[in-house]
Amino acid sequence: MSEAVAQRPESNAPSAVPPSAALRAVPRSGWHVATVASTRRETPNASRLELDVDGWPGNAAGQHLDVRLTAPDGYTATRSYSIASSGTGTRVTLAVDKLPDGEVSPYLVDEVRGGDMLEVHGPLGAFFVWAPDAAAAGDSDGDDTGGPTAGTRPVQLIAGGSGVVPLFAMAAAHGAVADSTPFRLLYSVRSPDDVYFADELQRLAEASAPLRLDLVYTRRAPDGWPSSPARITREVLETAVIPAAERPRVFVCGSTGFVERVADWLVELGHDARSIRTERYGGT
Amino acid sequence: MSFITRGFSGRSRDRDDRLPPGQTLVPDFPVLSAGPTPEVDTAEWEFTIRTESGVHRWNWDEFMALAIEDVDTDIHCVTHWSKLGTNWRGVSLDTLFEHVETEREFVMAHSYGGYTTNVPLDELLGGKAWVAFEFDGEPLEPEHGGPARLLVPHLYFWKSAKWVRGLLMMDEDEPGFWEQNGYHLHGDPWTEERYW
Ligand SMILES: Cc1cc2nc3c(=O)[nH]c(=O)nc-3n(C[C@H](O)[C@H](O)[C@H](O)COP(=O)(O)OP(=O)(O)OC[C@H]3O[C@@H](n4cnc5c(N)ncnc54)[C@H](O)[C@@H]3O)c2cc1C
Repeated sequence: MSEAVAQRPESNAPSAVPPSAALRAVPRSGWHVATVASTRRETPNASRLELDVDGWPGNAAGQHLDVRLTAPDGYTATRSYSIASSGTGTRVTLAVDKLPDGEVSPYLVDEVRGGDMLEVHGPLGAFFVWAPDAAAAGDSDGDDTGGPTAGTRPVQLIAGGSGVVPLFAMAAAHGAVADSTPFRLLYSVRSPDDVYFADELQRLAEASAPLRLDLVYTRRAPDGWPSSPARITREVLETAVIPAAERPRVFVCGSTGFVERVADWLVELGHDARSIRTERYGGT
Repeated sequence: MSFITRGFSGRSRDRDDRLPPGQTLVPDFPVLSAGPTPEVDTAEWEFTIRTESGVHRWNWDEFMALAIEDVDTDIHCVTHWSKLGTNWRGVSLDTLFEHVETEREFVMAHSYGGYTTNVPLDELLGGKAWVAFEFDGEPLEPEHGGPARLLVPHLYFWKSAKWVRGLLMMDEDEPGFWEQNGYHLHGDPWTEERYW
């Protein structure tokens, strides 16, 4: 049998990312020393960290890095964190949610302060990324033939809690270049106090390349909110997500359970599995 | 380059010799996926090995009729999670390759959903790899790669292709889906071959 035929997966193929596109999209990753420029409370349970990363090659919107902490006896703990910023600079923004019994997140949220040094490895991940000029290159789902040109496919972002971090990077990158691609963010939070990047998101929603923002409150809604707090359901996805018929590129990020549920419902609602990209943070 | 992080003491010192560097023990099952979980019906399931000379095929019933092995092993996910003493049932790749003739030394594993990952053939033979369909005595859940996934526990777990549907023999090593997106071509957890 012919090689070409054999190599072509017979079913839908997100694997059709040409190596050249992947290599172009990602700067090579490596270990770097980051100096904490500042920290601030992002929400009652989360902190935002601004890092100056020595030798950072820049990163695409949606990528992550690994943070390695070392104790005096040499014991190390390493965790992944999405990057809320993108572009060529060496300043990198993280936002970390504190897990009550966590080993690393309480340290990053409560203990770290300006001037501290951290080891980071990155940038990492070349699939869960969005870039304005490379919407075409990044649009490697291989399902674009005959459709509208890649850059015009609308983008739907769906975040659970801290899963908003890489999606905020995408929305901010989109806003920064006044890209005309329609962007919509569905964001599930516990309460109004738990919205990350609340001011920035508000500004993006009012900007010239607008972001349509839909919030879902799971524990406490603002006064006068039309619906009572509840977790995202399939019905919510039906009304607050760009319909499958418009062929959005969808990015879903949050805890593993959140992502599993949302991605399954999206497929049930007719979204092409190849158009759905996911980042699972762990947990259940 | 490593230096001590001010103010960090760490929680646990339950370092275990079975834990590769940079890994943390976790009780639950780590999930690394780039998209939705495909639903694959065993009635339509098929597993193939494609070589320069032809295709070897098994449907679900034929597959279940092969010699099935119990596997107790540790698994290591590139996202820094390890799980020790996991229990699987599956068919050894030695069994699957018993009647396969090939000069080709590299394998591209293909999955339902379109994902691919590359592994050298000698990393799959000699009791090192299985196609597993049971975890902890239960049918493997779709989220974890069911109905069947590759199990190559001595490499990072993304090499253990979920929803596996076939192996394509290749002359040269080529990056699969995960490797094109930043993961290491080989993926040995003991030398931390995480990323390129
Ligand atoms: C690619 C990637 C990007 C990430 N980006 C971010 C980010 O931008 N911001 C952020 O806050 N976190 C992010 N995470 C999660 C982060 O890596 C850590 O898992 C998290 O901070 C918990 O680490 P810990 O050491 O505090 O808890 P641990 O001590 O490691 O874990 C404590 C317990 O919580 C469970 N657990 C682990 N992760 C989660 C989770 N996400 N939700 C619920 N339970 C969990 C574990 O199974 C364990 O039982 C990301 C994860 C990945 C894989």
